[in-house]
Amino acid sequence: MSSLVTRVRFKQIEQMIEKGKRLDGRGLTDYREIKVEQGLIERAEGSARVLLGKTEVLVGIKVETGTPFPDTPNEGVQTVNAELVPLASPNFEPGPPDENSIELARIVDRGIRESKAIDTGKLCIEPGKKVFVVFVDVYVLNHDGNLIDASAIAAVSALMNTKMPNYEIEDGEVKIKTGYTPLPLKNHPITVTIGKIGSNLIVDPWLEEEQVMDSRISMAINDDGNICAMQKGGSGYFTPQQILEASKLVQEKAAELRKKLGW
Amino acid sequence: MNEKPEKLIDKKGIRLDGRKADELRPVKIEVGVLANADGSAYIEHGKNKILAGVFGPREMHPKHLSLPDRMVIRCRYHMAPFSVQERKSPAPSRREVELSKVIRESLEPSVFLELYPRTGIDVFIEVLQADGGTRCASITAASLAIADAGIPMRDLVVACAAGKIDDTVVLDLFDAEDKLGAADVPLAIMPNLNAVTLLQMDGILTPEEFETAVNMATEGCKKIYTLQKEALKTKYMITKEEAEEE
Amino acid sequence: MKVMPTFFEKKQLVTPGELLAEGDYTAGENTYLEEKKVYAARVGLADVDNKKVNVVALRAFYIPKMGDIVIGTITEVGFNGWSVDIKAPYTALLRASDVLSRPFKPQNDELSQVLNAGDLIVAKIASYDRAHDPQLTVGEPGLGKITRGQIMRVTPTKIPRVIGRKGSMISMIKQETSCQIILGLNGVILVTGKTPEDEELAMTAIRKIEEESHTSGLTDRITQLLKEEKTKREENKVE
Repeated sequence: MSSLVTRVRFKQIEQMIEKGKRLDGRGLTDYREIKVEQGLIERAEGSARVLLGKTEVLVGIKVETGTPFPDTPNEGVQTVNAELVPLASPNFEPGPPDENSIELARIVDRGIRESKAIDTGKLCIEPGKKVFVVFVDVYVLNHDGNLIDASAIAAVSALMNTKMPNYEIEDGEVKIKTGYTPLPLKNHPITVTIGKIGSNLIVDPWLEEEQVMDSRISMAINDDGNICAMQKGGSGYFTPQQILEASKLVQEKAAELRKKLGW
Repeated sequence: MNEKPEKLIDKKGIRLDGRKADELRPVKIEVGVLANADGSAYIEHGKNKILAGVFGPREMHPKHLSLPDRMVIRCRYHMAPFSVQERKSPAPSRREVELSKVIRESLEPSVFLELYPRTGIDVFIEVLQADGGTRCASITAASLAIADAGIPMRDLVVACAAGKIDDTVVLDLFDAEDKLGAADVPLAIMPNLNAVTLLQMDGILTPEEFETAVNMATEGCKKIYTLQKEALKTKYMITKEEAEEE
Repeated sequence: MKVMPTFFEKKQLVTPGELLAEGDYTAGENTYLEEKKVYAARVGLADVDNKKVNVVALRAFYIPKMGDIVIGTITEVGFNGWSVDIKAPYTALLRASDVLSRPFKPQNDELSQVLNAGDLIVAKIASYDRAHDPQLTVGEPGLGKITRGQIMRVTPTKIPRVIGRKGSMISMIKQETSCQIILGLNGVILVTGKTPEDEELAMTAIRKIEEESHTSGLTDRITQLLKEEKTKREENKVE
């Protein structure tokens, strides 16, 4: 692995974290600078780009028509895919999605789905036959740590920016008209990822910290402050106390981010 | 088409399958069931029927997948096409890929990986019948298979889920409760070390409900851990008892 | 200083993660120490010997150690040596230079004529460390290609029991069956007798030892078994 953290660096990061500091000057619970840009891809129905420190994620939303799932005939469909584009990191290789990209996509998907962010009930065109399908494509352009939070925030920002084409039904066929309606959104979940180095919890791990940390836990918080998705990752573990501590920390940071983003 | 039941838990606190809120489904475990695997275990948890087999430690092929200073664990969680209501294609789904990853990550902390550098162990999990909570039952079986293969471990890993149906936090959701309920929290733990190695959640829970769910799942895990140890001892006890009879 | 007790009974069957002792104890075989507590790392029988807590593993695999005698199978003929399967997580290597008594010339020497895939050898672990695969040597008396006899496998942890205290068990079996027996510490055993029946007898005895390894009075019972079997055979011959 070409971006392997050397043993010396590893120790350096560990020791500084023990003292409550991080190599980039942040406190253990500080986020890096976050910048969100919306609507930069005109061809997409919605788009957003997030810069979290140097991590860069672009999300494009395409809205098309399709058939609903048999057990939810009156609801639209949401599908999330993630690409760890090779130019984003020396460790990403071209090819079909690997376990990391699949996990990332499913974590982002759960945050949006469980919080019912997209009002899928309002995406029905013809019950049982035709609904809107919202394709959320997460494109990681630069990996400098914490792809989960950057992707999740980019996905929701992109959804907030999404417009659905207007349509009418003519002779039993769906005809697209001019004009757009904003995608109906009911919630705006925020995902916070916490890494564990030694017995310290750090918020928003960057690339080198990710190689030192033994595990991470990500939680998605909806507008009401409730938890709507969670995922522990990594080869280490958390004690139950650390999980509850992380949960409290996540609440704090989610509220902060929500304010900062204006959601 | 199945009709959605009115309530998942009635006024008396009885669930659709007759259980109370904090009741586990019946669990049956057997260790050492596959002759060709280095270690194996079979579990029946409620209607779940899952087989786990372990090969290794052995050299990895291709070699470049191995690490110079530790053992690598590869894990494949796979559901048989006939394991679910609607036939599932044998090709790995995205869900199976994600579960393979999180299950592997739940087992890694339990194995002394640094002892055998440049080798790997393969963990194969086959879900023969599924009824909710398969990842948890898989972890319980896979951990036993690793111990059965004689691979040194810090502790067994045991897993169980808690969740919310209607407005009640309950233990060990079966499939209908998982699909129709409000939240599902699968959790895996190494009980003697108090180390949580898998934790996921989907649904909506307040922070307080989440805490209740974590505690409930942990208690459920401890009960299953007793059965896990028993199953492991049973396999190795037989030789001891047979010998003592002479 | 107050001595804390251990948490198990002598030879109790324990599982990985079980707490065995706390306080002034050291972690022996198949156990580990974490914050002054000794835990089991494998399934086995726990015991304590002079403050050292051990677990005799009932299931383990062989890890090479320098100086060990092992029996292996040639799996591949390479450019300057052979790959050998010694039933361990690592493939062992036998260098051509170790086997050939003269300098090795890759163009002229046909290694497969000396040892080919499928051949069995008795060898010694010449070197092994974490970063390298085990290297074997056959350059000592008693080592080399196996041409006769039968091979059997037992769990490596049982080999000491087959040897017995000061070699008493294995000597007795050799004597009673008139067989040559080579015990590979990797759990592979070579039994060479005058007749296949003698070899079978020795193998039956060894299998029984593997099954009953953690019981007492085993040596006497095995001796008994061998004597009975031999008597049976004599009786069958007479008829």
